Amino acid sequence: MTAVLTVHDLRVAIGHRGDQTNVLRGASLEVGAGEVRGLVGESGAGKSMLGRAVLGLLPANAVIAAGIMQFEGRDLVAMPEPERRSLLGRRIALIPQDPMTSLNPVKRVGAQIANLLRHHLALSKRDALERAAELLAEVAIREPRRVLELYPHEISGGMRQRVLIAMAFACDPSLVIADEPTTALDVTVQRQVLQLVERLRQRHGAAILFVTHDLGVVAKICRTVTVLHAGRVLEEGETADVLARPRHPYTRALLAATPRADRPAETLRPVPPALIENLWSEAHRLDRQLAMAAL
Amino acid sequence: MTDILLRTGNLSFAYPERAGLFRRPSLREVVKRVDLAVPRGSVLGLVGESGSGKTTFGRLLVRLLQPTSGGIQFDGVEIGRLGEAEMRPLRARIQMIFQDPQSSLNPRLRLGVTLTRPLQVYGRLKGRRDRRDRAAALLDLVGLPAGFVDRYPHELSGGQRQRAGIARALALQPDFIVADEIVSGLDVSTQAHILLLLKDLQKRLGLTMVFISHDLSVIRVLCNDVAILQHGEVVETGPVARIFASPQHPYAHELLAAIPLPDVEPGWLDDTTAIAIPHQQGSAA
Repeated sequence: MTAVLTVHDLRVAIGHRGDQTNVLRGASLEVGAGEVRGLVGESGAGKSMLGRAVLGLLPANAVIAAGIMQFEGRDLVAMPEPERRSLLGRRIALIPQDPMTSLNPVKRVGAQIANLLRHHLALSKRDALERAAELLAEVAIREPRRVLELYPHEISGGMRQRVLIAMAFACDPSLVIADEPTTALDVTVQRQVLQLVERLRQRHGAAILFVTHDLGVVAKICRTVTVLHAGRVLEEGETADVLARPRHPYTRALLAATPRADRPAETLRPVPPALIENLWSEAHRLDRQLAMAAL
Repeated sequence: MTDILLRTGNLSFAYPERAGLFRRPSLREVVKRVDLAVPRGSVLGLVGESGSGKTTFGRLLVRLLQPTSGGIQFDGVEIGRLGEAEMRPLRARIQMIFQDPQSSLNPRLRLGVTLTRPLQVYGRLKGRRDRRDRAAALLDLVGLPAGFVDRYPHELSGGQRQRAGIARALALQPDFIVADEIVSGLDVSTQAHILLLLKDLQKRLGLTMVFISHDLSVIRVLCNDVAILQHGEVVETGPVARIFASPQHPYAHELLAAIPLPDVEPGWLDDTTAIAIPHQQGSAA
């Protein structure tokens, strides 16, 4: 399988000169064509940062210290800004976490989707609105033409998330970065959204890098998974293997600490604090080694 | 007969909705005729999705809100209509742990002060020395070092802040606690510690609890019974083992089926029956 995305030994630091913190410490992963890869980790793991690095949307005070990022064989790190921008939304799209703040509150839903289509695909205004209605129908929004006329605040959170999914797939991208797209949703809505993402992925043939903290979500939608902690990849493989036979103690501990509705309380095992402390001290040792090497 | 510490009968609550240009003022009922009983020393889990009325129900139990109709009996006393002065002695026995310790702990106060404030308010402190000792004892109870008395909330991790929130709720040695979504913002590695701490405290101190959560998996860890709330109504209630094994109500079934367990399950995404119904906001529908 050819890789759509290759990230190799990526190091990202955040902060100002002299007071920098490493957030990615040599992370590597690959996403094949049409593959759904989960990128799972807890807060501070650097999972969203990795997604943002690929999108070229790192915060202003973040720097890529080292590493390779290739999209369809093209070097994302060295790519000139205009070229990168032309990829964004067209070849690489984002499904953001927060459907509340990701749509423009003063523009109608239809205009927002149509703008995207006109910008990237050079459609006429009329064709763009036509296509927007089709896209909304694809994400199972009833009466799409009426919804095109509404403002974001007039539709529910679950529906806003559907609009953002429709927009992500609108230009048939080959890679979609889904950044915790269901974290704020109720479980019943989450299931619908995951089903929609999978349906659109199949129809449009995109690969997905699915960023999440939830091993349950990974189990349901990702064929492969990368486990991230403190900016380092601790384990990766086929989801079925990693969940059934986790090799890294951290993955094992996370699974044992995840409450399960199908098991009695006695099976819950909290993550040993010493395990987390050791992982962080390894990470900080790595930081010192790299700092020494740079001198 | 089981000893019931807290019972609600026909408990209802409605928010007044403002009149619009063409709309008369009306009431929006968010808790509808709820009958629940919590036996002394047990934990009732209250589960529901956003808008189910679960938080409003919790706020009624601790009387941050007054019921529109129906009653709340606490230890044999009807508290639904009590005024603030009459509630005051009971407030020491009924405590709440809030969802977000970041915003429920005063950022300008050291933990020692925050944790003992309830004792001070109820005149149970004997001087500065006593304050320090009591604060240290409370910290110890929730597994935090005594040195934390001098810390500010921002110096703590999320898990430590939630432990502090639990410690404050325990300061007055209450017998009844309402916990509202207290682990939903925490990472998995922290969450299990907090759940097991609460379970241990509940057993050791013989606490009676109502544990509110949107997450059925979390409910299962801590609760003896569970009540499933939908649109302000209890659609199903019973012992956790029974409900999780064989839910009767269609909504209970849907809620359980929607939980993504960390097992690969081909077909979980293929069931498209759920997709067809868009969830729209009332006013826009």
